[in-house]
Amino acid sequence: MFEAFQFEFMRNALLAGLLASIACGIVGVYVVVKKIVSMSGGIAHASFGGIGLGYLLNFSPVLGAMFFSLLSALTMGLVTRRTRLPEDTAIGILWALGMALGVIFIGFSKGYAPDLMSYLFGNILTVPLSDLYLMAALDLVILVLTAVFYKEFLLLSFDEEFGTVAGMPVNALYLVLLCMVALTVVVLIRVVGMILVIAMLAFPAAMARQFTHDIKKMMILSVILGMIFTFGGLWISYILNLASGATIILLSGLALLATYIVTGLRHRMKVRFTP
Amino acid sequence: MTSHDTVRLENVWVSYNGTPALEGVNLAVDEHDFLGVIGPNGGGKSTLLKVILGLITPQRGSVTVLGSSPDRSRNRIGYVPQHSDYDRDFPVSVMEVVLMGRYGKRGMLKPYNESDREAAEKVLARVGMLSHARTQIGQLSGGQQQRTFIARALVSDPALLLLDEPTASVDSAMQTDFYELLEQLKKEMAIIMVSHDIGAVSVFVDKIACLNVQLYYHGSREITPEILEATYKCPVQLIAHGDIPHRVLKEH
Repeated sequence: MFEAFQFEFMRNALLAGLLASIACGIVGVYVVVKKIVSMSGGIAHASFGGIGLGYLLNFSPVLGAMFFSLLSALTMGLVTRRTRLPEDTAIGILWALGMALGVIFIGFSKGYAPDLMSYLFGNILTVPLSDLYLMAALDLVILVLTAVFYKEFLLLSFDEEFGTVAGMPVNALYLVLLCMVALTVVVLIRVVGMILVIAMLAFPAAMARQFTHDIKKMMILSVILGMIFTFGGLWISYILNLASGATIILLSGLALLATYIVTGLRHRMKVRFTP
Repeated sequence: MTSHDTVRLENVWVSYNGTPALEGVNLAVDEHDFLGVIGPNGGGKSTLLKVILGLITPQRGSVTVLGSSPDRSRNRIGYVPQHSDYDRDFPVSVMEVVLMGRYGKRGMLKPYNESDREAAEKVLARVGMLSHARTQIGQLSGGQQQRTFIARALVSDPALLLLDEPTASVDSAMQTDFYELLEQLKKEMAIIMVSHDIGAVSVFVDKIACLNVQLYYHGSREITPEILEATYKCPVQLIAHGDIPHRVLKEH
């Protein structure tokens, strides 16, 4: 196993896993407590349009994905706040539109799309250095926004109506939060792929929630869990020769399921043995 | 005019998709009033509170709160929402919830400071919740959650306190404590409480209004059978006031 770390691609892979865990650990907590998991899924999938645009116009598909995910985050946020369209309808529409655009763009681009699969399902072993810089920069943006708007995001997630009454610009902050989700999608896209991003956002945070009632501790714990899952998944995929993104997701999914079963059983025992 | 009304609504009309929620509502509340608003579910009680908070702008009519428009006066209003549907598993402590009430004073980008924490501890002590400051909100009983949300409303030193169905999740033993707290608070601020619990409201409040799209307002807390019938569209229990509050069932 350890000889693997001599390779540059392995070191890059570990760095990518670390950067991905920071973004998904922090933003994932808000995604879970604010209950915007499907909204985040929509943002992630709509980013496929940007990947296609990148192929068509010959620029980095990751930058295209960033542009599209930010655009879809803002559109979904505005549509759900300003119109009467139900939230899940808006999510469904943008989710499908983004993907359809991606397919059309790729169809128009010359030749075939190299490493398209790595954008869809992730390949942590092929993350180029330039993407690592971008991921680090986006992590920094996410950390700064979380620190600056910590009390705002807590109020926004817990009780939006009270936030409005207290004079907080809830709609603007909601858009900022959705943009943070969009940036996290970009950070995660190389690691687990845009289709599996949603799992990486939700699993570590949902699992951390089982162990703590403090939102800061929940963030730290879900970053740590994210790292365990990414590195563990990478290691298993290396040994068993499996796709790394899917292995990471399966590992975290199984771990989450296990914690739910254990807490569920514990709860039952408590109920049964309490007179 | 010698004193400003704390709340003044003149000919306020609100409707949702053509369905009227408030029709021609007039209301005046003084600075030490304790007003109870009763009425059936869907009668517009929450809408009335939201109009006073400026969360809903009426299609017609004028709203003045603390001498200015509702959204300007918001930071002087303490609001206790009807908390039947919030996430009990939310990772937040009693202290953190109460600090949210200081948001209006602190504003954006500044973290809560020592004076916010002191103010929060003071109100928590007042509602008897200081020992639970670090407890996660979902671990509390209904009555304790209730007092936490009242503490959050009080921590900003409001001139007006709005309570939406405050007794809904509180058991009856707790309710007495709750009304004793309100008894003290009404010396310091105006209180408007909406509830469908006619009996509870009328014993403790100073003035009563009945709301069922239209508002039937009374200067005192004497309710006539005619007014209750107009509100509820059916005969209801009547409350008589004597030295000891008790209920009388109207014959019908």
